[in-house]
Amino acid sequence: MRKPSTPARRLHIDWTRCHGRGLCSELLPHLLGRDDWGYPVARDGSREPAVPPTALSDARTAVRLCPRLALSLITDVNQGSGGRKAGTS
Amino acid sequence: MTTSRRNRSPEPPTTQRLFAAEGSGLVEHQQRFGPLPESAGAALVPLLDQSGLTGRGGAGFPAGRKVASVTGRKAVVIGNGAEGEPLSHKDAELLSRAPHLVLDGLKVTAAAVSADKVVMYVPSRAVPTITTALSERRSAKVDRHPVTVVAAPEGFVAGEESAVVRRVEGGPALPRDRTVPASISGVRGHSTLVNNVETLAHIALIARYGSRWFRSVGDPSEPGTMLVTLTGGQTMGSVLEVPTGTPLTDLVGHLGVTDPRALRAVLLGGYHGSWIPSGMLTGARLSRAGLAHLDASPGAGIIHALPVGECGLARTADVLGYLAGESARQCGPCLNGLPLLARLFDDLAYRRVDDHLIDEVRRMIDLIDGRGSCRHPDGTARIARSALDAFASDITHHRHGRCEAAMTSMDATGLPPQHISGTR
Repeated sequence: MRKPSTPARRLHIDWTRCHGRGLCSELLPHLLGRDDWGYPVARDGSREPAVPPTALSDARTAVRLCPRLALSLITDVNQGSGGRKAGTS
Repeated sequence: MTTSRRNRSPEPPTTQRLFAAEGSGLVEHQQRFGPLPESAGAALVPLLDQSGLTGRGGAGFPAGRKVASVTGRKAVVIGNGAEGEPLSHKDAELLSRAPHLVLDGLKVTAAAVSADKVVMYVPSRAVPTITTALSERRSAKVDRHPVTVVAAPEGFVAGEESAVVRRVEGGPALPRDRTVPASISGVRGHSTLVNNVETLAHIALIARYGSRWFRSVGDPSEPGTMLVTLTGGQTMGSVLEVPTGTPLTDLVGHLGVTDPRALRAVLLGGYHGSWIPSGMLTGARLSRAGLAHLDASPGAGIIHALPVGECGLARTADVLGYLAGESARQCGPCLNGLPLLARLFDDLAYRRVDDHLIDEVRRMIDLIDGRGSCRHPDGTARIARSALDAFASDITHHRHGRCEAAMTSMDATGLPPQHISGTR
């Protein structure tokens, strides 16, 4: 039997591309705020915020419309690893 | 007994391992350590797993798991000797004194992952040593793979894994955005293994003497020896090889500090590390387990002593100013946030302190943490946060226009120290 839920997605920001234009925070206000310079800030404080199913459609729009092509949706392979204290390899 | 030993390999070194040879040449290297077993690459992953070796570049990731993560064809193996951290000299010392151990480790690792390309990435001042060592090895037909030498530019982030990959591809030594690890997609999309040069040198010894030998010293949860760079205090910049788990009080003893009261704090792990107040050194040991209660880790073995006469807030402000200047200037939060945090810390160190300033410092630390393509902002947040904890009493003094360090270093008259002006 197939599981009804899709795999959890997280929003990845390529900070080297992002110029803080602010489109993503307007499309995803519950996920992203803006910092002092206009760059997106994950409201949950994580490196790659989890995208709830209800926001998935808006997240896809944000990925498509980001003028700097700085956003991508990544599949959450190991749940809960989006924390900010994740170690480097 | 002596006769029967004559043709056998010399005894394995005990605790002074990496610098055990009498010289840096291939002859001295082979005399001291004997030949590298021909089959060494074949069972490297289980051997490293059993040895418990962790990466010595700072992150401390298990070396066996890292090698095992490289599964792609035409893999690239890189020995990383770019030591961007100003307080660390251990990789430079290792490259000059034991280049053949590092190159042996590179050889074994390259064999283990059937590498297609093998690279040594070292600062330009280390290039002649490595080139000489490689030509000795060519003449003696030691290596199976040709080794390319790539010069690492100066810069704090030049040794960061993705910066290494980019430089080896011919680009600038700057971090890049990643969604997959280098072991999956690194140099030009190939599976890439980047190992610190000290890690490679330990691998060369484990390949010879086995995992049990490796585990015979050090903290059982993270065994072996590690190189440390000691700075501050009486001696400047000495590199030692010590067993993991060595008490920190012993280590500062090597700096000529016999009375812990002569110390204000110790910076562990360098500019991305943590300040440990001198009162908390007792009981702390140089391993993850031995430092967990202090929320610190051994990092790349940097131990920097701050004497009582120096102000930790002023020292941290200097470090943060340096780190802001070392931003790759690619990511907005780092480019904007680090200079601002450095300025706020300058205020903390040199101007009268109030609640608003402290709140603003904390807000800025949280704002930069985790918001870059590499860990430069995270490391910067770490040292800043640890300074607020370790130097909490100094902050209280600065609130009142006094500085503990200046009072200690002068004659305890309580006169306002020179570095607090309140009017700047």
